[in-house]
Amino acid sequence: MLTVTVFLPTVAALLLAVGLVRGDRNIRWFAAAVAVADLLLSVVVFVLFQPGGERFQLIDRLDWINTETVHASYLLGVDGISAPLVMLTGLLGLCAVFVSFHISHRVREYFIWLFVLQTAVMGVFTALDFLLFFLFWEIELVPMYLLISTWGTGRREYSAMKFLMFTILGSAFMLVAIVAVFVSAGVGSFDMTRLLEPGGALDASRAALPMGALFWLFFVAFAVKLPTWPVHTWLPDAHTDAPTAGSVMLAGVMLKMGGYGLLRINAGMFPEQLQAFALPIVALGVISVLYGAVVTLRQTDLKRLIAYSSVSHMGLVLLGLGSVAAVGGALTDAGLTGAAMQLFTHGTITGLLFVAVGVMYEKTHTRYIPDLGGLANRMPLVSGAFLIAGAASLGLPLLSGFVSELLVFFGGFRAFPILTILAVLGIILAAGYILWMLQRTLFGLRPARWDELTDAGPVELVPIALLVISIVAVGVYPAWLTDVFRDGLEPIVSGYNTGLAGIAR
Amino acid sequence: MNNNFLLLLPEFIVTGLAFVVLGLDLFLPERRKWVLPIVAVVGLVVALVVSLRYLWGVSDSLYDGVIRVDGYALFFKAFFIALGGVVVLVSVDFVRRNLEHPGEYYGILLFTVVAMMLLAASGELLTAYISLELLSFGLYVLVAYDRYNAKSNEGATKYILLGAFSSALLLFGISQVYGLLGTTRFDEISSALSSADALSPGLILGIALIIAGLGFKVAAVPFHMWAPDAYEGAPIPITAHLAVGSKAAAFALVLRLFAEAFMPIVEQWQILLIGLAVITMLLGNLVALAQRNLKRLLAYSSVGQVGYLLMGVAALAATGSGGIMLHLVAYAVTNMAAFLCLAAIYNITGRDDIAGMAGVARRAPLVGLVFAVSLFSLAGLPIFVGFTSKFYLFNAAAAQGLLWVAGIAIFSSLISLYYYLQVVRQLYIEPAEDAAPIPVPRLTLGVLGALFAGMVGLGVYPAPLMEAVQYASDALF
Repeated sequence: MLTVTVFLPTVAALLLAVGLVRGDRNIRWFAAAVAVADLLLSVVVFVLFQPGGERFQLIDRLDWINTETVHASYLLGVDGISAPLVMLTGLLGLCAVFVSFHISHRVREYFIWLFVLQTAVMGVFTALDFLLFFLFWEIELVPMYLLISTWGTGRREYSAMKFLMFTILGSAFMLVAIVAVFVSAGVGSFDMTRLLEPGGALDASRAALPMGALFWLFFVAFAVKLPTWPVHTWLPDAHTDAPTAGSVMLAGVMLKMGGYGLLRINAGMFPEQLQAFALPIVALGVISVLYGAVVTLRQTDLKRLIAYSSVSHMGLVLLGLGSVAAVGGALTDAGLTGAAMQLFTHGTITGLLFVAVGVMYEKTHTRYIPDLGGLANRMPLVSGAFLIAGAASLGLPLLSGFVSELLVFFGGFRAFPILTILAVLGIILAAGYILWMLQRTLFGLRPARWDELTDAGPVELVPIALLVISIVAVGVYPAWLTDVFRDGLEPIVSGYNTGLAGIAR
Repeated sequence: MNNNFLLLLPEFIVTGLAFVVLGLDLFLPERRKWVLPIVAVVGLVVALVVSLRYLWGVSDSLYDGVIRVDGYALFFKAFFIALGGVVVLVSVDFVRRNLEHPGEYYGILLFTVVAMMLLAASGELLTAYISLELLSFGLYVLVAYDRYNAKSNEGATKYILLGAFSSALLLFGISQVYGLLGTTRFDEISSALSSADALSPGLILGIALIIAGLGFKVAAVPFHMWAPDAYEGAPIPITAHLAVGSKAAAFALVLRLFAEAFMPIVEQWQILLIGLAVITMLLGNLVALAQRNLKRLLAYSSVGQVGYLLMGVAALAATGSGGIMLHLVAYAVTNMAAFLCLAAIYNITGRDDIAGMAGVARRAPLVGLVFAVSLFSLAGLPIFVGFTSKFYLFNAAAAQGLLWVAGIAIFSSLISLYYYLQVVRQLYIEPAEDAAPIPVPRLTLGVLGALFAGMVGLGVYPAPLMEAVQYASDALF
């Protein structure tokens, strides 16, 4: 089941590569069909996952490398943390395809890379073997690089190379950590499920590197991806210069890979270290929130504005992670659930923001805010979507952003009250830049040259509708999502509360 | 003693094949010379089949241990015959278009194959030296083969001078070792070194000289200066042969030498090799960043790869040699693919600089794809065999407590990705100056397809290769 979900886009890419589908129009509809199929599969995966059942479900396992020195298996599975993220990937993959119908140059290659990217990201979320995890993590680099540098705008080659170099630098740290974990005495395999069990295989006294070193090596890799200040500088360039689908995938799911890694590995396998280092982590998060927000206020390019707002929102993930430092015995899962929810909600919100901006850019060919204005009259549907996404981004109740931010603040306040208060200031700043952006682009006086603009066509309305529905659904009744995340986070939280502290002794 | 010369049948076949090719060349008219590479390939296939059929599971030696016939030698025999075959296939179109006297070309190529096979089978130092010299002499001639090209002559001259110098160093080192230990046979050296008082400054000097001499052959830093010029000047198939075959053969010797002969004093030479490995990795990858010519870029990237292999040698232990052999095979397949693509492009466009690769992916899609894949594999990106073999090497190093060296290796890979990407950028993103499609002969496409299947297949499912490597390294320890 998971194998089909993960590899369906690759099969489609191979079919495209050998030339089975001819003609740009047919390629687009073929891609749309595949994207819809993969979304349905990912929704089925989410529905089939039973919170309260086994920790890892829908397992696909194959013996892969079985030699004296290296044991790796092909192991896919979902738990409460990854099942919603798989669904998110399916959803945003579909949005990315549907928003790419206007691409007219080298269409076949475009969709091939988009599909390989989707497989890679889904693979990251479902891989439960370290080698496989690393494999998928690296595979997503090349398609993203090619997407940005070939079909992007502005300084696309510079942005693509910057993205690639930053991410690879991060994953170099991760590879060192993976090798160190593997050669630590008593481990001998790459199976993450074994390492995640309380009392699992990684023994602090026999680890090849100090546990703290391992923790920070992994943290660097995920921090670059998240991204955290100060290693965030690749993000504004990459998001701005990527084609719309690239931005959607980048902001929607690829940033979440960093957050997922932090939850799965740093929180799951190094809980003591997370507790010990919570203060610097939360500090980094709060700096990201505030710095990101302040810089966002100065942006005049729509996409760059949204990109910096992503930096700000992802800082909240770190705040949620750091909530495990709450003393007093009873750690609630609020902070961690908030962090996980933030991954999902930010994905849908920022996805919608980029889709809306993409449609606007297609019509107006400019992203420069002072040039825009009064678009709401001409493009009511897109403007409505933009409004909803913006409101969700600043945390308006009844929309999904509020739920995750609230949970993060609840969790963070118990651990670091002052830093959490500072982070809440970020909400105020978010209100500032979002409302300013909405007012300047959608309302007010409209320059004459926008008088003939048309609204989004039926093709673009599909992703818009799906994303709006998911934002509102989670905002109005979040339990269907939070229950799943809480089920996945429960082993971590109970590990802290019972004092077994997971695995390191 | 009873010497079973049938054990050397593969070597005899290939040597005979070389003479057959040379002889045929005398009698064939110019328009029929296309037969020669076919004869060479068929002969090599026969040799491969014979060696696998008759030497599987054999563990024996000739002349009382001077020449070994065991699993390790068999692995490399098969590897070098296959490699020779691929080089011949890569050469077919190139030689036809650009070089004269194909008979001698193929003949000397086959002699180098014999030399490589014997190098892997050597059980003592002088046999190794003679095989190495045979290999070097053949390569000197082949590098200079493009007679009227100034760069070819220059590269060959540098190669000859430095090669001769390094052979002298190697011989001096061997004589030191012989003088102090009284033997040149690997197993006897090993037992002589096991006794506590064998170690002396003179012996260390001898071993250091041997490392220096062999370091020249594999183009490790700081003995690498000849490599970029020789690679740039040589005809492309010979560059491939230099980059892959001669390095692999030298490492075959190095592995047996250090795993058998010098193992008892491993603490003495380990630090030396680690130091060499680190500077080789770093310098090779850093200088490659500045290159504009693709052959020079691939030369420096080979230097970087040698660094990883040296790290593997430094981490030699009972289970450590598998990583090196795996990486050699991966490196061979990948580099062959890259050089074949370059040859195919050069044959039509006449350009071997990076800027000349602009837009090639549109003009020759399969060539562009295989080229990009081989460069990503060299950089160590997953699903390709380059990642699998590098990962194995890093594991082996980390398991021996050399995690920091593995860390440096990982960062060097990072640097290498940047310059490989420059080439891929040209292939896929830059528009072509001349959009005419590049005709690629079907033979080349077939070989490229096979190499591509190898790179992806071995990357995703390396188990069969790992078992073969395990079988070979079992014979070593």
